[in-house]
Amino acid sequence: MLRILHDTRYDFIKPWRIAIGVTVAFIATGLIFLGVHHGLNRSIEFTGGTLVQAEFAKKPDVGELRNTIDAAGFRGAEIQQFGSDTSYTIRAAGHQTTGGKVENTATEIQTALEQKYGKSSVHIARTEIVGPRVGDELSRNAMIAIVISLGITLLYLAFRFEWRFGVAAVIATAHDLLSTLAFLAIMRLEVSLTVVAALLTVIGYSLNDTIIIFDRVRENLKKARPEPLYDVLNRSINETLPRSILTHVTVAAATLSLLLFAGEVIRPFSWIMLFGIVTGTFSSIYIAGPVLLWIERRWPRNAGGKAGSSPSSAKSAPPRPTSPRTPVGAR
Amino acid sequence: MSNLKWRLALIGALVLGSVWALYPRNVKVRQRRADGTFFDTTTYRVPLRKGLDLQGGMHLALEVDDSKGVVANKSEAIDRALKVVRTRIEGLGVSETVIQKSGNDRILVDIPGIDNRERAIKIAQDQAFLEFQITDKTGAFEKALPRLDQVARDKGFGGAVASAAGATQTSPSATAPLGGLLTTGTDTAKKGATPAKSDSAKKDSAKADSATLGAGGPISKLILGGQMPGQFLFERGNYDALKLFFESPAAVAALPPGKVVRFGSDSTVIGNKVYRSLYLVDERPIITGEYLTAAKPNQSPLEGTIVEFTLNQEGGRRFQRETAKHVHDYMAIVLDQVVMGAPPVINSAIGTRGQITMGGKDLQAAQDLALVLQAGALPVQLRVAEVRNIGPSLGQDSINKALTAGAIAIVLVVVIMLGYYRFSGMLAVGGLALYVLYTLAVLAGFDAVLTLPGLAGFVLSIGIAVDANVLIFERIREELDRGKTVRTAIDEGFRHAMSAIIDSNVSTILTAMVLYQFGTGPVKGFAVTLIAGIVASMVTSIFVVRTFFLLWLNRTRGAQTLSI
Repeated sequence: MLRILHDTRYDFIKPWRIAIGVTVAFIATGLIFLGVHHGLNRSIEFTGGTLVQAEFAKKPDVGELRNTIDAAGFRGAEIQQFGSDTSYTIRAAGHQTTGGKVENTATEIQTALEQKYGKSSVHIARTEIVGPRVGDELSRNAMIAIVISLGITLLYLAFRFEWRFGVAAVIATAHDLLSTLAFLAIMRLEVSLTVVAALLTVIGYSLNDTIIIFDRVRENLKKARPEPLYDVLNRSINETLPRSILTHVTVAAATLSLLLFAGEVIRPFSWIMLFGIVTGTFSSIYIAGPVLLWIERRWPRNAGGKAGSSPSSAKSAPPRPTSPRTPVGAR
Repeated sequence: MSNLKWRLALIGALVLGSVWALYPRNVKVRQRRADGTFFDTTTYRVPLRKGLDLQGGMHLALEVDDSKGVVANKSEAIDRALKVVRTRIEGLGVSETVIQKSGNDRILVDIPGIDNRERAIKIAQDQAFLEFQITDKTGAFEKALPRLDQVARDKGFGGAVASAAGATQTSPSATAPLGGLLTTGTDTAKKGATPAKSDSAKKDSAKADSATLGAGGPISKLILGGQMPGQFLFERGNYDALKLFFESPAAVAALPPGKVVRFGSDSTVIGNKVYRSLYLVDERPIITGEYLTAAKPNQSPLEGTIVEFTLNQEGGRRFQRETAKHVHDYMAIVLDQVVMGAPPVINSAIGTRGQITMGGKDLQAAQDLALVLQAGALPVQLRVAEVRNIGPSLGQDSINKALTAGAIAIVLVVVIMLGYYRFSGMLAVGGLALYVLYTLAVLAGFDAVLTLPGLAGFVLSIGIAVDANVLIFERIREELDRGKTVRTAIDEGFRHAMSAIIDSNVSTILTAMVLYQFGTGPVKGFAVTLIAGIVASMVTSIFVVRTFFLLWLNRTRGAQTLSI
């Protein structure tokens, strides 16, 4: 029987300071990138505007292409290579139109390109035109979706486990959201609706991972021999380690094949998933665990409860009953 | 034993059901011809529809245009507009169009396979408000010109076109009949014919109509008399400036009461100059398009492309009554405030039939007009909020790439599972094959649309689906380590892994449901794929793979070792 990382006894909780330092540094770097680039690189779905994907018969000169687009009245349009060197996307802001109607922008760009390069040697593969109001609504809906899904998760975990687990899992997931946003900022990936979907998948995946470790914690806490939560956490993470490795490797393999073979449209999605696997794994171990311990120390369970408190909590704040027992009949 | 048989029968039934759900079949599709009649066609297809990003086509979002006045009840207006847009789009004769309301004030239109962006937008968006208005024959426009000139001067109107003189000089013969047809001015023919002084000829002709007309006002110097009462000509280059001017509230106020200015659709060539026309018409239409029951395109040798229409009985009576009052008048056929063709003279009372001349437009334009007229006018003006257009070749390219990526992902997953879990891995791979089948069947059952992000999500879900198997297998290994027998270890492994599998999957399903609720288009497709994948994954890992194990235990009569 082939085994990896079987019966390990690593102390995962101990280096929590380093782990949090690393992740805070990463998120801070993302914030710096956000500041430098004035926010995320949002797709026209969010900003409004026009996108034209043009396939050329042979590689066009980018300068010439830019001049053509400028001459058509779309000064400042973004021109980007899209996959192969004969495929380009042209992204123009929404208000740049002569007729006053947004739907004309794509036609104007198309006409300009066809005049310059000839109808037979340029082919418009895709156009997207989004009015200004649609984007605001999408941004709002995306935010609502994320907040509600976190809220529902919290409730579900509070119901199935206990509120402490729910809060720890949600904090770990919120961390994944932040670090993925930082990753988006650093990589300058275009945030489209598909990317939002990837972001939500990362949330689900990371939550999945956290829950599987917490499930083991729940089980180990029920055992007759009481143990400090610190040790229970460590033991649970070690016990689920082979599963974590195998699952992550499998999912990473599927994601890599998407990244490499599924084409340009899906690439941002794949990048985020790949990063999500890393941050999801990291947060389930290094964020969810320490946060659960911290909550346990701040709001300990009843002294008579099955779970003990961690050694560190014993030092700083000894566990005490949540409410003083009221003597019977004393009123 | 009977338990095992039950399990096998259930799996078999699920497989059969899935295959049935996915089996390509003939589907009856009801389509509309351009003339409005329905016909049924049968197409042979797999019951999983490809989204627009995979098969190519157009996605259109329309919203209420409230830039020109507030629309009181948007949601209700959109409901009525939805019916009209649906009738029109279905009239295009493209199968599997989707027309739906989104939110309170938006209509989403999906048209697969269409490549002509402008045409589809025009059909969906044109208001198609048809009015019949009598042109003015009292010379009211000429009388209003000084006021209009004054308004233009106040506003600093700057639409004058250069070299009007040179042009009219070359066309003396053309200007003559123009003026000659002016019914209000009897002596214009003579003055209009004066060949040498072209620019002043215009002023003179106007002067003849109305004594108060000041010479060379900014508006009046651009406008010539037309071929019929109430019609006026101007050079094509001045169209934008004049249109803007006549839309301004000050100009509208300067017009005689009860009269409005409408621009014509056609242009006339006089000499080497192109002219367009504007009309002064009665504001109150004698009849509107709401009485129209049928419209069909036609071609006539005299007038070119036309649209013939029929009114219903009530409309016919009204039309007859009104036209009887206006014999010898000219009737402008106004579509969305544009006069279509040259207004015909009313010779006698007209009944239920009429026609609209399309000028130089082709038969397709006539077909489209007939289509929108028949579907009725839109109760509100709609504007385009979003258009996505994807070429069919790009869609095919996306499918090929997604299939490649999917195949490689599956091979990798299978290699990992077999390499690590050996025999048990093989059972898991068997479960995975059923997982793919079930997921596709569930998607077909939901009538889900396959999109590119959806396909990516599906490929990803194959990786994630393994997780439940991994959880169970690792648990079985732990139980075996504790010295349990193979049969007990398998039982315990499944039992203990259950809570983790359920809790993690349920929370993911909850996230996916939120995604479905708040997502649009491709994201919704993605959420459906995710939910279908999770459900199928739970069924295969918990139930199917368990059955495989039971089958194996049964065959080996309680094996002592398990390859896991």
